[in-house]
Formats: sequence, structure tokens, C-alpha cells
Amino acid sequence: MNLTLKIWRQKNAASPGCFETHEARDVSPDMSFLEMLDMVNERLVAGGQEPFVFDSDCREGICGTCSLVINGIPHGSRKGTTVCQLHMRRFQDGQTITIEPWRARAFPMVKDLIVDRTAFDRIMLAGGFISVNTGNAPEANALPVSKEIADLAMDAAACIGCGACVAVCKNASAMLFVAAKVSHLNYLPQGKAEKDRRVKNMVAQMDKEGFGNCTVTGSCEAVCPKEISLDFIAKMNRDYAVALVKGELKKSAAGGVG
Amino acid sequence: MSLDAKIPSGPLAQKWDRYKSDMKVVNPANKRKFEVIVVGTGLAGASAAASLAELGYQVKAFCFQDTPRRAHSIAAQGGINAAKNYQNDGDSVFRLFYDTIKGGDFRAREANVFRLAQVSASIIDQCVAQGVPFAREYGGTLTNRSFGGAQVSRTFYARGQTGQQLLLGAYQAMCRQISLGNIRMFPRTEMLDLVVVDGAARGIVVRNLVTGEISLHSADAVVLATGGYANVFFLSTNAIGCNVTATCRAYKKGAFFANPCYTQIHPTCIPVSGDYQAKLTLMSESLRNDGRVWVPKRKEDCSREPGAIPEPDRDYYLERKYPSYGNLAPRDISSRAAKEVCDEGRGVGPGGRGVYLDFSNAIQRLGEDAIRDRYGNLFEMYERITGENAYRQPMRIYPAAHYAMGGTWVDYGLMSTLPGLFVVGEANFSDHGANRLGASGLMQGLGDGYFILPYTIGHYFASTKPVKIPMSHAEFKKVEEDVRQFTRRLLSINGKRTATSFHKELGRLMWENCGMARTRQSLETNLKRIPELREEFWKNVKVTGSGEELNQNLEHAGRVADFLEFAELLCLDALHREESCGGHFRVEHQTEDGEAKRDDANFAYVAAWEFKGLDRKPELHKEPLVFEEAKMATRSYK
Repeated sequence: MNLTLKIWRQKNAASPGCFETHEARDVSPDMSFLEMLDMVNERLVAGGQEPFVFDSDCREGICGTCSLVINGIPHGSRKGTTVCQLHMRRFQDGQTITIEPWRARAFPMVKDLIVDRTAFDRIMLAGGFISVNTGNAPEANALPVSKEIADLAMDAAACIGCGACVAVCKNASAMLFVAAKVSHLNYLPQGKAEKDRRVKNMVAQMDKEGFGNCTVTGSCEAVCPKEISLDFIAKMNRDYAVALVKGELKKSAAGGVG
Repeated sequence: MSLDAKIPSGPLAQKWDRYKSDMKVVNPANKRKFEVIVVGTGLAGASAAASLAELGYQVKAFCFQDTPRRAHSIAAQGGINAAKNYQNDGDSVFRLFYDTIKGGDFRAREANVFRLAQVSASIIDQCVAQGVPFAREYGGTLTNRSFGGAQVSRTFYARGQTGQQLLLGAYQAMCRQISLGNIRMFPRTEMLDLVVVDGAARGIVVRNLVTGEISLHSADAVVLATGGYANVFFLSTNAIGCNVTATCRAYKKGAFFANPCYTQIHPTCIPVSGDYQAKLTLMSESLRNDGRVWVPKRKEDCSREPGAIPEPDRDYYLERKYPSYGNLAPRDISSRAAKEVCDEGRGVGPGGRGVYLDFSNAIQRLGEDAIRDRYGNLFEMYERITGENAYRQPMRIYPAAHYAMGGTWVDYGLMSTLPGLFVVGEANFSDHGANRLGASGLMQGLGDGYFILPYTIGHYFASTKPVKIPMSHAEFKKVEEDVRQFTRRLLSINGKRTATSFHKELGRLMWENCGMARTRQSLETNLKRIPELREEFWKNVKVTGSGEELNQNLEHAGRVADFLEFAELLCLDALHREESCGGHFRVEHQTEDGEAKRDDANFAYVAAWEFKGLDRKPELHKEPLVFEEAKMATRSYK
């Protein structure tokens, strides 16, 4: 099949960007979308032109690196699928396809189709962990976790951190990502000790990074390649409210004598 | 130079305890005076970086991905082994040790494997405490599944995403240490060379992949956790970015490289569909529990619809050749058998490189719903990639390169032949011998990073005199200039062929001549062709853009240049090893019925290669493998 591609070209954050039109000829329907882009790039390089840069790594839908908006939809139109797992048989011969990067203030442009998602890492630094040093762990079965809770935590933990939820949101809100991360740890008994400070600190960092507010349109859930549920946002809001109501515990004088 | 593995004396079961009692330690106040560089943030690198930082060392961590959470450990599906014996089915440290050493076809170092089995239980404890959501029973305890190569259920899992969840655990531990200021993280940064001063590793040269800036970093020790080299085959189940650059550059700086010919080819992957393909996708081996593998008996039938081929015209070749194991024959055996029937011209699908994995019998017997329950997500993944419905027609599968058992040679303390250079995870050679069992890769990565390196690196620091080498040292400047020169050279050739075209050609040579079956002749062909291809690369590669910007074309060209050097070493090792063992099958060395024939009298050693210059043959050093507890036996699956 032959396609017309309108691909975003931008040298860096300081220069303006624009769409460039390229023809993709002899595309096999069995190609993945990224393999089709590889082919376009190969032809550009062979012709001495600059290829488009785009992020990808595992190409099996789990690492969360790939991040393209295809015809206006992050990861393209197939539900529950990252763009690396999207195949060309989903498109028609002669079709025009627009390809853009994630667009959000908190994800600054790097080049062409690549943006900087380190804001997600900084949110994690604010509390997305359980403070337990190596070697400090009790016997794994010492603390039973009901199957229901373990499954819920796993549902949340399935988030691959790709940022499609931010890219699709009209407010560029990161609520689904942060909610998945908070819920994963806050559901588990192991994460309970730091539950309140975790949710407060992570939400504060999210706001600081410049992500927008959540107006519960649900578009994030619709494009999430791992189909993370909006319910986790409700869970995070609950945890956040509880943490606010509890307020700060009075800090005692430094303990540990001698 | 002699090869001393520094294995502690005494009975096997006491070696690690003895090491820990005898080792020197760095006192807590002094730890912060030591700087450690960790390259790579997969399971091994992330767990090492976090654990070392918790101890008080100053850690700098580097990864080429945009965040440490994306390293390719993330793609591991099946699970992680541990000798917890939660199922009360007779598992023990010794049993896990024995299964692993036997699975590796008796080509791994006994003391390392035993230690791995010993620390396995602590890994599970640690991961659970970090919040890894392992699968559980209704009563709240952890559940297990069984996995290839073992007769007990010792595999812990988190749906089909065990690797992702374990990596998130280690990444989160890193996040905590980054927030505390104990780790400095450098994402989108690639190590391009190692700096060795007075025979010891003292730092690295890296390139910032966004700005192109080349910078120097010094440290008291360098830890490589840079994964395996399966992308030398171009097509593999590895991620696009996986490469051999760090370990290859370390090899050229004096770190011996061990057993490069031990590569694992996984039998159940989705076949290649065309020349454009960039990677191969693995389908869980568990499919073989209910699927039957076959090809048409006659070549003429290969293009027919599979459903139109009557039973008597089908060849269920695994069931025919291995009646007792049938479709569940081990990875290496199943892979080779698929290659054989395709070589005979009886392969199916595009290019004739595929065999059927047929569920029609199982669907008839158990119903479609039962099959959907068991494998629904895999059938869906298959449909996504191929567009075919495997409930209606058989899947097509073919083997693909998957894992590298070989790697940088390390001693019992995980230190390479270069003092101060430690290598952990898939990047080292130590624990899997000639073949890795399922669910053991995750165990090794985390074992090395959480529970072994934090001890052994301290012992190294405490037993050597700290020497601070300033970055103004001439050697740092020289290596930095070498790296700049390397980049300039790539950019200046301006030839006619892309780096990808070289990578594909190298991959084809490796797959055809040094893949599932190797002969003296095929390897000699490669040893002639690879240097020619490398020469052409350096005359005719075309790299666009500049070095002072984000340039994926340049990154890839640099990695291909290293693969072109490393591939030769792999073939040389495969040629010298005149036996068949695990993933290394030499056609000349097989039994009458086509099974791998080991030669324990002559080849029960680790082959560690010392770089002697690009135009000279590397020197072979042998570390004899001594088995005190495990008895060497022949694997049979008839």
C-alpha cells in the first residue's frame, strides 16, 4: 500500500516546528507502524536526508518508550495497544496519516517526535516507592495480602509510564499516571506506613511540574494502552483527602539516644 | 596473565558464608568516600545502584533510555525462580542449584550457581517488601507456577509482566536514593569507552544522547550492567537499543570476554514476515503445553491452507523424534528441529521459515473457552501482530535469538580481569553455562545487584589502597579524544550504505552460519566475511547529521561498528569449541540420533578471550570447571 505521511519536524525546543509531507511507498500490511517509519527513515538516510527521530525500544508494548500521536490519537486508534504494536493492516491504501509527538507543557520538546518525560521520574522521586533498604525485608509470606488487593495493586502497577494519558488530555493532566502509581503502593500493606505522605508529595510534585487539572473526561482511560481504570483516580482522591484531614503528625524530637 | 576465579575453599554449601566471614568491609563513615559508576539500569544495574547507595557509596548511574525504568528486563514475561519451597514439593537450594547447572549443560561455574540458589529466597523477600504485586492465593500467601527444566513449582510471577514489576521495584528503590541525593542519574546517556589507569578501571567516557556532549566520569569502581548481545543477530527478541558496546569496549581495554558462543535461541517466536522487520516477538513457551507442532510432509503442500492438509500428510516432527517429551522438548532441541524441517524446504509462511503450532486438537478436547482462559492474551498478541486468528488456524512460529549466556569474564566477586571493573546480570558470563533455564535470568540479575555485588565491591575497596585519579590525567584525555575521533570518523565517511543495512547483513551471516547449528565451514565463512564487511562499513557507511545533537543514526552506527568487531570473536569461540553443548550446536559433534555431544574431557572449561589488537587473534585463557557436588551427566529427552 502507499500512504501520505504528515510528520512533525522540529529541530529542538528553541526552533519552531512544522509538518513535512512524505510519501511511504510499498508499505506491507504486515509491518508495524514503527517498522513503516523505519523504512521511511532508511530511504531518507540513503538519500542523504535527515531521518525523523522517534522513541522506541522493546517494540512489544511493555517498556512505554514509544510515544506517537497518530491522526490525533496517542498510540493510534486501536484500543489497548501501544504504537509499536499497531500494524499497517489497520490503515488503508492511499490514506493520509499525521504523526505528531506527545504535546504537553510538562513534556518539553526534544526533537521531531521525541519529548522529555522526566517529569514522571520526578513525581516518582517525590514518593513513588516503599522505603525499605536491601536486606531489611521480612519473610515474604509473613504479611498476607488478600488476592483481591494484590490483583488491584497489580492492575494499577500495569502502567507503563508512556504518558499517553497526558498527551490525550485537554488539560494535559497526569492524574491517571500518578493515580496508578499511588494506588499500586497505597493498596498494599507494605506501602501503608508512607501512604499519606506519598500521596501528598506526589500530587504536589505533579502540580509543580505544570500538569493540568483533572476534569474527569475519561479520555486518558480510553487511550491508555494498558487500560488503567479511572477508578484509581477516585482512589487517589480519597487517599489525598484523608491525608489532608489527618494533617501533619507532630514530629517528636529526634529519637535514638546513645 | 593467569585466570584466578578466587573461589573460596571449603565445601560448596559453605563457600559464600566463608567469603562473607573472611571479606573485608568498609566502615560506614568511609563509604561515602567511594564513588561507583553503574552503567545500565535493568534489573542488575538498578538493584546494584540502589543497594550501593543505601550502603552509603556515592553512585552515578547511566542509561541510554529516557528513564531508568525502561531497560529491557522489563519485557521478561514468565517469572523468577526461588528456592522457597512454599509448595512443599521438595524444593531446596541444592535442587535449584542442580537444575540450573544441569540446564546449563555443565558449563557454568559451580560455586556461583550455588550462591545464586542461596540468595534466591532473599530476592523474593526484598521484592515483596518493595511492593512487587506477585500473584497470590486467596489466603494471602504467594503462589507459584512450574516452569521449564524443573520438576518443582518454584517460579514467582506477576501476571505476564514479572520483569516489568521487578524492574519497577528496583527502579523505585533507585528513585528513593536519587531523591536522597545518593544516586546521580544520567538518562539518555551512553557509555562509549572505559578509562583504565595503571591497569585498573577508573572511569568512563559517555555521550549525552540529546546534546551530543562527550563527558568524563571518574570513580573508584565501574559496574557494567549493560545486558546481552543477542542483537548481533540483528533480529532478536531484544529491544532495539540493546547493544554490546560497553562490554566490547571493556574487552578491548583488557577485560577478558568469556564463552561468547553461548547464545540462546528461543523456539516459540512469531516468524519473520518481511525484510523490513526490526525485531521478533516471543510467545510464551507455555503454549507448547497444548499446541502441537507440525509441518507438511511434502514440500508441495507448504503453500496450501493448513486446514486443507489431511492428517496423514502432516509431520508432527517433535512427537515423532522425541516421543517421551514430544512438543515439550527443551528450547535448544525444539529450535534445531524447526530449523531442520525448514532447511528441508518444508517450512510454512512467508519465506518458508515457520512451523505450525496447532491448537485444533486441544480446542476439540477442551473447548475454545478453556483455551481462551489459558492463553487468551497470547492469542490476542498473535492476532495483533499477524492479523490471524489462532483459534481458527494454526499459529506459525519460528526460533529467534533471545539471550546471551556468554559475557565478560568475572571472578567469584563479579570482578573482571580489570581490577575495579565489575560486571553483573546478563552482561557477565557466570551463572547459566551454555544454556539458561526459564525464570533464571531475573533471578541472576537481582541476585547480583541486591545481594552479591554490595558485599564483593566493599571487599575490593577495603583491600585496595584508594587512589584518586584526577580527570585531568592524560589517560582520561586520551580516551575522550579517542571517542571524539570515533564519532568524527563515522560522520566523515559519507558512503552509500546505511548502518542498518550493515547490521542486517551481519545479522544474516550470524543467523545462517553461527545460529542454531554451526559447522567448521560455516564459521570459517563468517571469519572471512565479517572482517570484509567491517572494512566495507568503515569505507562506505552513511551517517547523516552531526555529533552535536540528538542523532539516532549516529548512535546506531556506533553500535553496529562494535557488533562488527564482536561478531568475529563470537564465531572464533564457536569454532574453537569442538563440541556441542546447550545453545552451542556444532553439526560435527552429535550423536547418531542427532543430539548434542559434549566433550567433557577436552572442553569442560570457560573460554576467556583476551584482546590482542584488531588484526591479531585474541588469546585464549582457560578456566577449568571443577564439579565437586554436581555429577556431569548427559541430557536426554527421547
